[in-house]
Amino acid sequence: MSASLSRRDLLKTVASAALVLGFQPSGALAKSTPTGGNLTPFVKIFPDGRVAAIIKHFEGGQGTATGLSALIAEELNMSLQDIEFEMAPSDYDRYANSIIGAQATGGSASLADSFIQYRTAAAAARDMLITAAAETWGVPIESLTLRDRMISGGGRSGSIAEFVGQAVLLPVPAEPRLKDPEDWTVIGVDQKGRLDTPAKINGSAIYSMDLQFENQLVVAIKRTPRLGGRVAQIDDSAARQISGFVKAVAMPNGKGVMAYADTTWAAFRARDALDIEWDFSSAESRSSNELRDELTSLISAEPQFQASTTDLATTSAALADAAYLVEQEFYLPMLAHAPMEPMGATIEPLADGGVILHDGSQSPGHGHEVVSEILDLAWDSVQVNTLYAGGFFGRRSTPDADYIVELALAFAETDRTRPVKLQWSREDDITGGYYRPAYAHKVRIGIDDGGTIIGWDHRVAGQSLFKGTSGEPYMVQNGVDATSVEGVRDTPYLIPALHVGLSDQKGATTPNWWRSVGHSHTGYVMECAIDLCARTAGEDPVAFRLKHLVGDATDQKRMAGVIRLAAEKAGWGKALPDGHFHGIAAHKAFGTYVAEVCEISVDDDNLVTIEKFTAAVDCGIPVTPDIIRAQIESGIGYGIGHVMRSAITLTDGTVDQSNFHDYETLRIYDLSSIEVHIVQSTEPPTGVGEPGTPPAGPALANAIATSGLPMATHLPMIDHGIRFA
Amino acid sequence: MSLEIEVNGENREVNSPPDTPLLWVLRDELHLTGTKYGCGIAQCGACTVHLNGRAIRSCQVAVGDVGASSITTIEAVNSLAANAVRQAWTELDVVQCGFCQSGQIMQAIGLLERDPQPTDELTDAVMGSVACRCATYVRIRSAIHRAAEILGDSQ
Repeated sequence: MSASLSRRDLLKTVASAALVLGFQPSGALAKSTPTGGNLTPFVKIFPDGRVAAIIKHFEGGQGTATGLSALIAEELNMSLQDIEFEMAPSDYDRYANSIIGAQATGGSASLADSFIQYRTAAAAARDMLITAAAETWGVPIESLTLRDRMISGGGRSGSIAEFVGQAVLLPVPAEPRLKDPEDWTVIGVDQKGRLDTPAKINGSAIYSMDLQFENQLVVAIKRTPRLGGRVAQIDDSAARQISGFVKAVAMPNGKGVMAYADTTWAAFRARDALDIEWDFSSAESRSSNELRDELTSLISAEPQFQASTTDLATTSAALADAAYLVEQEFYLPMLAHAPMEPMGATIEPLADGGVILHDGSQSPGHGHEVVSEILDLAWDSVQVNTLYAGGFFGRRSTPDADYIVELALAFAETDRTRPVKLQWSREDDITGGYYRPAYAHKVRIGIDDGGTIIGWDHRVAGQSLFKGTSGEPYMVQNGVDATSVEGVRDTPYLIPALHVGLSDQKGATTPNWWRSVGHSHTGYVMECAIDLCARTAGEDPVAFRLKHLVGDATDQKRMAGVIRLAAEKAGWGKALPDGHFHGIAAHKAFGTYVAEVCEISVDDDNLVTIEKFTAAVDCGIPVTPDIIRAQIESGIGYGIGHVMRSAITLTDGTVDQSNFHDYETLRIYDLSSIEVHIVQSTEPPTGVGEPGTPPAGPALANAIATSGLPMATHLPMIDHGIRFA
Repeated sequence: MSLEIEVNGENREVNSPPDTPLLWVLRDELHLTGTKYGCGIAQCGACTVHLNGRAIRSCQVAVGDVGASSITTIEAVNSLAANAVRQAWTELDVVQCGFCQSGQIMQAIGLLERDPQPTDELTDAVMGSVACRCATYVRIRSAIHRAAEILGDSQ
C-alpha cells in the first residue's frame, strides 16, 4: 500500500466519520475514535450535518424519544423537529440508569437521570464544531455561534457538515459549559411535535409484534392455568391437523407447552388445540375471596414488620387522646397491566452464531443477560435491538424477565437457523399471572378537637414486589419492602405519631410493579383517608389538607402548591351546577407532586358521570410541557379506569378474566375533559410517567362520597355499588 | 389454493387458509403491520381497517369472505377525511405508545366520512369501541373536533 493511498484512506475515514460524544464507563466525557472507542454515545453528528440523539430509555408512549432529544436540541441550538433519534444498544455499564442502577426504564426516572448527561454531551459537540470552524476560518472562537446547524460570525457562515470531519480530531472539552436556563429555546417551551408522531399515524412504527422475518417461526405458549402447575402429558393430535403447525414442545421448566408454527394465527390455533394434562399437585388452589379474607385478617393482626420510626405504642397513646377516631379498612384487588401490545419479542440468528434480541425492551440489559445465559452465548454474541413498545406500565420488565426467558427457551428448542418470534395473545396477557398484587389497608386516625391529626396507625398487607428477587437487597430493609409502604410512611402531610405496620402475603400469582408501583394503592388509601378525616372534622378537604402541609420545607411547600393550583383552576369552593360535585386528591410519587380535582355529576338514578379532571403538577423544570400534560392525562385515565371497573380475580387458583370484555378498560365516553396545569419551577426535573395515576382514583372516590354516595373503600367501585352512566 | 383480494388498490394473491382472519393475512402474509392485534375478539378496535370504505374489525373477517370487497389499511388510507385526521392528530400530538392509533385513526376517518361534523354523542358511540390503554381519549376527542373543522374549511 503506497503512502499516498493510505493517506487518502485516512482522509476518507475522517470524512466519513460522525462526531460522536458520550461518556466513558468512568463517567468521563469522551468522543468516539476511528476504532470506536469505549464510550456510551448520547449524540451523533453525521458528516452531512444530521444530528441524532441516542435514546437510552425505550419509548413506550411516555415521550422519552422526544424528551431526551430536546436536551440535545437545546445545547445545539437547533429545532427539536430536526433531531433524528435512535434507540441505544444494550450495555449494562454504559447506559445504566443512574437512579435505578441498571439499564432500565422505570421509576419515572428517565429524564431525571438524563438531564445533565445528554446536555453535557451535546454541549461538547457544539464546542468542538465551533472550535473547528474557528480554526478553519482563523477567527476567535468567541466570535462564532452555532444555530440551526449553521455556524456563523465575523461575516462568515457555513453548515456544521463542513466541520464535522475536523471536529472529530479535536480534543474533547473537559467541562463544556451548559446553556444558562434564561437562554433556553427548547427546554420548557410549550410546543407540540412529538418526534414519534409521524411513524405512529401512518402504520410505519415498528413494534416487537411487527417484525416479519423470512422463514420465521412463531411460537404461542399454553401456560399452566394455575401458578405452580406443571405439564404432565401433551396430546398434539388436534394441533397437527392445523395448516402451518410445526411442533409442540414442553417448556423445560414444565410451566407450559410451546406451539411452533409458520404464522401467528396458526400458532394461536395450534396452541389452543393442544390437549394438555396438568399436574396441579403443588399448584395454587385458592380463590380471591380466600386471599382477600387472608389480607383482612393480616391487617387486623399484629403487623409482621414495623415500617415507621414511630412504634405502635407511641401511636396508640396518641390515639387515646383523640377527640375523634377515624377507622377504615380498604381493599384493592389484583390488576393486570394490559398494555395495548401483548407481550412478544423475536430472536434472530446471525451467521456467526450470535443472535439479535428484538424487543420493545424496558430492561435491555436484563434481556441481554438471560438470552446469553439460556443460549450459552458469550455476552458479545448477543445484541439487543430496542423497538417501540405498545405501552408497558411496568409489564415489559419483570424480575424474572418472563417473556424473554420463554423466547430464549423456545429458540433453544430449534436448530437455531430460523428467527423465532414469541407472541402472546390478549388472553395470555390477562391470565398471564403477572399482576399488581391485591392489598388491604387499615387506618386508625386520631383527630383532636381543633380538627388536627394527632396520630395515625396504618396497616398494609399484601405481596412484596421485591422479596425473592435480585432487587431484594436494595429494596427490602428489616423485612420491609419499601414499595409496599411508599406514599404512606413518607407522606408530605405533617402527621405526628405515624405508625406503619406491614404484613406480607404469600400470593397466588407473580407480583409485578404496575404504573406508580406502591403508590398505586397507597395513594388511594391515603387520600381517601384524608378526606374521611376532613369530613369527620367538618372541614373543607382542601383547607384540611393545607392545614397539614404548613411550613417552608420542600415537601410541604410543593405539595401545598399543587393543591392550591388545582383547587384554584378547578374553581374549588365555587357553586357547581345542580348534581355536580368536586373531589380532590394529591400525592407525591417519584419526586413529583400532583393534585387532581375531579368533577362528577350524579343523576336521579345515582348514575355517576365523570365530567372533568383539573390537575396541577410540580415536576421541577418542565422540560417538555406538552408531554408532561399528556402523561398526566394518561395517568389520570389509567388511574380511574382501573378503580372504576377493573379486577383480576381467581377461582380455585385460576384467573376468571380473559380479555377486554371482562377486564374492562376505560373508554372515550368515560371522561371528556382534562386540564393540566404545570408549576413553573427551577428544581431539577423529575418524572411524569407514573405520578399522575395515584391521585386520580381517590379524587373520583372523594367526589362520589361528597355527592352522598358511599366512599368506595373496596375496589373496583362497581363492586362497591357505584354505577357509572 | 390461493385467493385474490384487493388491498390498498392492488390485487394481492394470498395463500392463507380461507378461514384465517383478515388481520393475520394483512400482518403475517402481506406484511402490512400497521394494522394491530390487540384482542382478537372485536373488543379493542386496534385491527380496524376499511372494507369498501367502512371501518371494520379485521380480526372478525375471514379472508375467504372478503371476496371482491376492497380493503384499505392505515398504510394507504388517503382521502380528505384521512388527511384531516392525520393533520389533527399531528397538531394535537394525540399519540403516546401509538399501538392503538392505527385503529383510532381508521375508525375516526370512518366516522368523519359518515358525518363530517359529528356530535360528541356520535363520537362517543363510534369511538367508544376503540380502546387506548394510554388513555389518549381527551386528545382523540379534540382531534376529531379539529378534523371536523379542517373538513368544514375545505368545503
